[in-house]
Amino acid sequence: MARIELDHIRHSYSPNPRSDADYALKEVDHTFDDGTACALLGPSGCGKTTLLNIISGLLTPSEGRLRFNADDVTGLSTQERNIAQVFQFPVIYDTMTVYDNLAFPLRNRGVSPGEVDRKVRETLDMIDLSDWANRRARGLTADQKQKISLGRGLVRSDVNAILFDEPLTVIDPHMKWMLRSQLKQLHRRVGFTMVYVTHDQTEALTFADKVVVMFEGGIVQIGTPTELFERPSHTFVGYFIGSPGMNVLPVEIDGTSARIGGLDVRLSAPVPSRSGARMELGIRPEFVTLGRTGAPFEITKIEDVGRQKIVRGTLAGHRIAAIVAEDSEIPAEPRIEFDPRGINVYADSWRIETGAQR
Amino acid sequence: MLELKNVSLEVGADTWIDDVSLSLEKGTLNLLLGPTLSGKTSLMRLMAGLDRPTSGEIWFDGKDVTGVAVQKRNVAMVYQQFINYPAMTVYENIASPLRVARAPAQQIETEVRRAAELLKLTPYLDRTPLSLSGGQQQRTALARAIVKNASLVLLDEPLANLDYKLREELREELPKIFSETGAIFVYATTEPQEALLLSGHTATLSEGRVTQFGPTLDVFRNPDDLLTARTFSDPPLNTITLPKQGAKFSLGGGADLPVPSDLAGIADGEYTIGFQPHHLSLDAQTAGTQPIRARVLVTEITGSESFVHLDFAGSRWVMLTHGIKSFEPDETVNIHIDTRHLLVFDMQGQAVRPPVRRAA
Repeated sequence: MARIELDHIRHSYSPNPRSDADYALKEVDHTFDDGTACALLGPSGCGKTTLLNIISGLLTPSEGRLRFNADDVTGLSTQERNIAQVFQFPVIYDTMTVYDNLAFPLRNRGVSPGEVDRKVRETLDMIDLSDWANRRARGLTADQKQKISLGRGLVRSDVNAILFDEPLTVIDPHMKWMLRSQLKQLHRRVGFTMVYVTHDQTEALTFADKVVVMFEGGIVQIGTPTELFERPSHTFVGYFIGSPGMNVLPVEIDGTSARIGGLDVRLSAPVPSRSGARMELGIRPEFVTLGRTGAPFEITKIEDVGRQKIVRGTLAGHRIAAIVAEDSEIPAEPRIEFDPRGINVYADSWRIETGAQR
Repeated sequence: MLELKNVSLEVGADTWIDDVSLSLEKGTLNLLLGPTLSGKTSLMRLMAGLDRPTSGEIWFDGKDVTGVAVQKRNVAMVYQQFINYPAMTVYENIASPLRVARAPAQQIETEVRRAAELLKLTPYLDRTPLSLSGGQQQRTALARAIVKNASLVLLDEPLANLDYKLREELREELPKIFSETGAIFVYATTEPQEALLLSGHTATLSEGRVTQFGPTLDVFRNPDDLLTARTFSDPPLNTITLPKQGAKFSLGGGADLPVPSDLAGIADGEYTIGFQPHHLSLDAQTAGTQPIRARVLVTEITGSESFVHLDFAGSRWVMLTHGIKSFEPDETVNIHIDTRHLLVFDMQGQAVRPPVRRAA
C-alpha cells in the first residue's frame, strides 16, 4: 500500500480558469500516510468526486502533482496506478459465479491457484457470501451484487490504495452495519490505504481515521471524527456533521462573555475581538442542557426518535435544537444552559482559536 | 379511508404480498418500513391500482375499488428517482395535473403558488428542473403530487437519492406539508430512523407480510414479535437466547439478568431477549446489576458517540455509548444491560408481553 501525496493540486474543467470560482477543486496540499482510512465528505457538487477521480487517474489535474510513495503518478492511467475501485453501483460479471468474480482480478495477475483460493475464501467469508460461492451472479439481489463489488476491491493485497465511491448507498441499513464494521475490522487488520467518498456523515465518521470535509470545491477541515465534532473549524462543518447540526447564533463578544439578544453566555476563555467581523457562537445540540436553570426557552417541537428526543425551540428569537435522553423529562417551564466545553466562537464563519483548555 | 382486506399478490409461484389487511385514515401519514424486497413497492402498486391483487379486496371511502385502474382513481405518486418534465419550467411542472384536469386559470395560479410556497420553490418557478439541485427537483415532484389534490399520495423512498442534510431538512418539513393537505399519505422507507423522525403510523413489512401496524413509536417500543423488532432497529437489535429459571435469565458463568417484575409469572424455559444498542452501557443504569464480560470486535466513533461491536458468548452485539471509547480489538470489557427496557420473546418469536413503559 502507498502513501498518497497531493502536492498543490487544483482542477478546473474550463481550459482557461481566471478566478477561484472557475476551479471545481481549489488547491489541495495534503499527504495521506500509508495505511490511512480517509473519507472525503461533503454535499453533492463539493468537489469530492473530482478529487477522487484525480487520485484514481480518471482525471488529470490542471495543476499540481500526485505521488504514491514518492513516485509521481500524475501522468499515469488508472491501470498503471495499480489501485482497486468500488463504485456506487455494482460492477461485476453476471455470467460468472460469485467465486470466479472474486478470483478474476487475481488470476489476471498470475496469482497461484492456492493463493487465489485462500484469498477468495477469506473475502467471501468477510462479505458473508460463502454459501453463494458457486451461484451465478446474475440472479442475485442488488445488495448481494454490491457485496461482490466490495469483495473484488478487497481481494487484492498488492494494490497501492482502494478507492470507494459511495459504496453503501444502495445497501439496506442492516447490511450497512455489517459491511461497515467488517471493512473497519479489515482495515485494522491489514492496514490498507483507503479513500472513501460519501455524503453520509455516519459512514465517513465511523470508517475513517481522517475525514476531509469539502464545501464548494475547497477543503474546509481535515480532522479526526472527534475534532470535527468538538471543534468544527467552519460553521459549515458544524452544520454538516451532526444530526441535527450545530446551532449557530449571532453574538456580540466582550472578552469572556458572549451576548445573544439580552442574554449573557460565559465563555471558558477570552476571545480576541475582531472588529468588523460577523461573530457567531456555535453549540451542538448535544451540549445544550434542558432543565430548570438558565435562559428561558420556548419549545416549538419535540421529536421523539426512540433513543433520544430532539427538542426544538427558540431562545431570544433564535432557533435552537437540543438533544435530551430517552428517559428524561421535559420541564413545564423549560430553560436551557450551554455547556462551556461545547462552545466555539466564529468570526466570518471561521473558528477562533482561543487556546482554552478542554 | 383506504382499506386493504386480505390482499395477496402472487407472481408465478412466488407470493409477493401475503394476506395484508390495513386501514389507513384520511389525513394520516403511514410508513411502510422494511428492507429491499419486503414488498413495499408491490403494496403501493396495489394501493394505486397499478396492479390487481390475486385475492382480497381494496376499498376506498366505503367503495370497492379492486381492479379499478389507476387513471380512474385519484392517486399521486412520487418515486425515488426525480421525475419531472425536463422541458417545462418548475411552474408548469407543478401546474401540469391541473392543466390536465382543465382547471380554471385563476385556480391554477393560486394552487401552484401555494404549493411552491409550502415546498420553498417560489424563487425557482421560472427555472427548468435540471438546473436545480436534487433536493429542489424532488420538491418539484412533491409539489406536483400535492396540487393534484389526490386523496391518496404514495411516496416510494422519495428521499433516498438526496444528500442526508437535504433529507434531514425535508423530513422535518414533510409532516407539516402532509397535515395541511388532508390526504392519505403512504411513504415507503428502508430506514428505521426515517420512520421515527416522520412519526405517524408504521406498518413493518417482512417477506410480503405486514408484521405489525400502529403509531410509529408504539411499534418501535412494543413490537409484537422479534421480526418486527429487528425490522425496526438501526443499529441492529441485540439478541440472545437464554434459559429462564425463577426470577432470572441465566447468562452462563454465574451471571444472570433479572426477569422484569411484570413478567415474573412466565413459565421457566428458553426465551430470546432483545435490547437496543443504547441500552447496553459501561455503567450500571439500575442499582445492583452485575456487569457481564464481552469481547470487543471493533469500535466505530462518530465524534460524540462510539459504537462498540462486541462478542458475548457467540452473540454479536453493538453498544452505543456516549463519548469516545478507544477499545482495542479483543479487549475484554465489563458491560451492563439496562433491564428496564428488555424485550422478551418466546421461542416462536412472539413478544411474551410488552415491557413495562416508564412514564413517557
